[in-house]
Amino acid sequence: MTERAFDDSMTRSFVDGVARRVGLGARFCGLFGSACEGGVRLTAVMADKEKLTTQRVLLPAGTHEFPSLARRIPSASWYERELRDLFGLEPVDHPRPDPLVFPFSDDAERPRPGTGHVRAPVEPDHTPLDIHLRGEGVFTIPYGPVRSGVFESVEYLVETPGEDIPHLRTRIFYKHRGVEARFEGMTVDDGVLLAERCEGVASVAHAIAYCGAIERMAGTEVPLRAGLLRVLHAELERVANHLDSTIRHTEGAGQAVAFARLTLHKERVQRLRAQLCGSRFGRGVVIPGGASGPPRLGSSALLDVLGSLESDLRSDMRLLLATPSFVDRLRGTGVVPADIASRYGSLGPVGRGSGQTNDVRVARPYDGYRRLGHQIFEERDAGDALARQRVRVDEIWSSFHLIRQCVDGLEELSEPERAMWSTPVEPISGEELGWSEAPQGEVLYLVELSEGRLVRVKPRSASFHNLALFPLAFPKDVLTDVAFIEASFGLSIAGVAG
Amino acid sequence: MPWIPRGMRNGIVTTRYPRHPDGYGPGFRGSVAVARDVADDVNLEPATQACPTGAIKVLEGRPDLDRGRCILCGRCTELYPQVFRFQSDFETSVIARRALVVPPDNEDRESLERARQELGGRVKSLRRSVHIRHVDAGSDGSEEWEIAALLSPVYDVQRLGVFFTASPKHADLLLVTGAGSAGMLGPLRETYDVMPVPKVVIAVGADAISGGLIGEGYATRGGIGRTLPVDVHVPGSPPSPFGILHGILVAVGLLPPADGGRSGRDAPDAGRTGNGPVIPNVRHHEAAP
Ligand code: SF4
Repeated sequence: MTERAFDDSMTRSFVDGVARRVGLGARFCGLFGSACEGGVRLTAVMADKEKLTTQRVLLPAGTHEFPSLARRIPSASWYERELRDLFGLEPVDHPRPDPLVFPFSDDAERPRPGTGHVRAPVEPDHTPLDIHLRGEGVFTIPYGPVRSGVFESVEYLVETPGEDIPHLRTRIFYKHRGVEARFEGMTVDDGVLLAERCEGVASVAHAIAYCGAIERMAGTEVPLRAGLLRVLHAELERVANHLDSTIRHTEGAGQAVAFARLTLHKERVQRLRAQLCGSRFGRGVVIPGGASGPPRLGSSALLDVLGSLESDLRSDMRLLLATPSFVDRLRGTGVVPADIASRYGSLGPVGRGSGQTNDVRVARPYDGYRRLGHQIFEERDAGDALARQRVRVDEIWSSFHLIRQCVDGLEELSEPERAMWSTPVEPISGEELGWSEAPQGEVLYLVELSEGRLVRVKPRSASFHNLALFPLAFPKDVLTDVAFIEASFGLSIAGVAG
Repeated sequence: MPWIPRGMRNGIVTTRYPRHPDGYGPGFRGSVAVARDVADDVNLEPATQACPTGAIKVLEGRPDLDRGRCILCGRCTELYPQVFRFQSDFETSVIARRALVVPPDNEDRESLERARQELGGRVKSLRRSVHIRHVDAGSDGSEEWEIAALLSPVYDVQRLGVFFTASPKHADLLLVTGAGSAGMLGPLRETYDVMPVPKVVIAVGADAISGGLIGEGYATRGGIGRTLPVDVHVPGSPPSPFGILHGILVAVGLLPPADGGRSGRDAPDAGRTGNGPVIPNVRHHEAAP
């Protein structure tokens, strides 16, 4: 019993320590578990003036609970629910500990990523999901999981309890694939292929964050040309994603011609990516230690395509943002007030539309970003769909600017240097964090290696962090605007469900 | 209205596929072709080991590559460029699952022909237009982009009488993406059940076909083949919009599958309904060299 009390106090001081630092202004980035021989290791990641720090505690084997942080740090809520599902650890005093990434039945074995076990197939158990759906005068309107267009599967439940403000619940488990367990035992080289498939529309950003962790661990310097090529592909990925989100806005606002124009431009971006590397999603470009090889399109051909694409986009975007029926549809829709965005540490364009400034490319520059000049954006803090749209448009122009710098940089590198695209990564052991700024915001990877084999990989997409904030974005327009606000959040469910 | 003239610019960008060949530049990774004859002294074992999805098997020195598993990573093409080669060909959809294994087995012709006739007979009642419902059963999100691209003016599938529908009750074709996540199997099955007959299922991407790199785990079922009867397989990770369009046209019998032979509508007992969209000048596709 005394031992138990000791463990509890360790955990408590861990939790208090995290809460204290967040209280002093650190941004809470996530809380992750890793099963190991002694139990489950919890790692809290925080950004202190955008420098990442971690705090850890070991929950010894046989521990079934830990004190919840969610009442003090609201953005911890989803991470704790995920820990509950994956490790069977109960967050004590969590405001609403429903299943999140998968509704395991009581007797199902939890996956406990990090153990490397072979796990038996599981079925979703709907019982624990439904217990909250009751009460006087409550009715629930479900959207999903099969959506009414070509979308990823997710379910939004709008609960309308009498006169109260409707409450929105998000169910992501339909898509849970057990990706974290899949990483276990893979080689470092195979791991990057899986990282590209965690959130397929942000393949490049995920590959960069994953490789960054390994390169940091191994002390590997990525050749400059590889760093620039990574940025080039990451920025094309950003343009494609921001166009995708804009396309969904135009669709929701009934702007048929704008929809057609922008889908055309997005397709041009995807084809350019395929011309550069063979994959429309930039897959295979980023490898541990560098990049797989030179771009297959010469720089003058690339600049030609970029030039005509940008001028068409500028003209269409200018018109779109001057089209009253479009702008009016976005203005005042899905407002995330700045104080909520700040409290939740919201990421990417969602945060930047609400006055947050975290951008990993600037705060913790990596790869080619260390060498490139950044543009300073006009601050947007209206917090509505229009602000997020404007942020994305600004970012598209800055992406073009960065891409041109990459092309110039690659051109300048002399011939003999050109031959080297990657530095070998020795088989190593250790644990490190990696990061990148995906189109959706900050991506984090916690990677643990043992002699070159992956023991534990925890990807954290910006979508996961931001989706927790989603219900707060529309107390008033919840009934009509789910799909529209979803588009303006620009999330990918694959990266959320794991 | 300043948007109107811009809309009119779109017409010229639309592909003329499948009447006329279309595609990407030579660099595009559409599929891996496998040489039929390999010199006796070449040991292909390292390729089977390097393949992250176990797509390559070597039997008596001869390689087999399962496109249903291949994620187009390029390891085999790098190790043995004389045996494995990327080609930009995207017309890789097949009807029978085993026809995804290349090089094709000529012994199998007859049974592939039967599968084609069966599907051709089933879809002959499809009217001038085809209605499609998509369900994501655990994709990585990229397949949805590629399907959605079909609605852009570049592909403009409406010109071919292909429409997307929100209601499964009005759908003829079910496009399924994803490795078969446990949570989606129920909703997927329910969608399939309410579709009217004839219903045709298209597995879009290596994940839907075999689980791809995600494979079979506690929460995935190695594709959707154990949940639904799959009629057409579209390989790729993800398949390109053209690849998906090829799969749709194979499903309705307008184009032949990648394993050669004739399209379903040309099958002797399938017949033409006279109502279906007729696309002349269809290019007959040769199987991988
Ligand atoms: S290209 Fe396909 S077959 Fe070749 S190694 Fe990669 S996954 Fe395997």
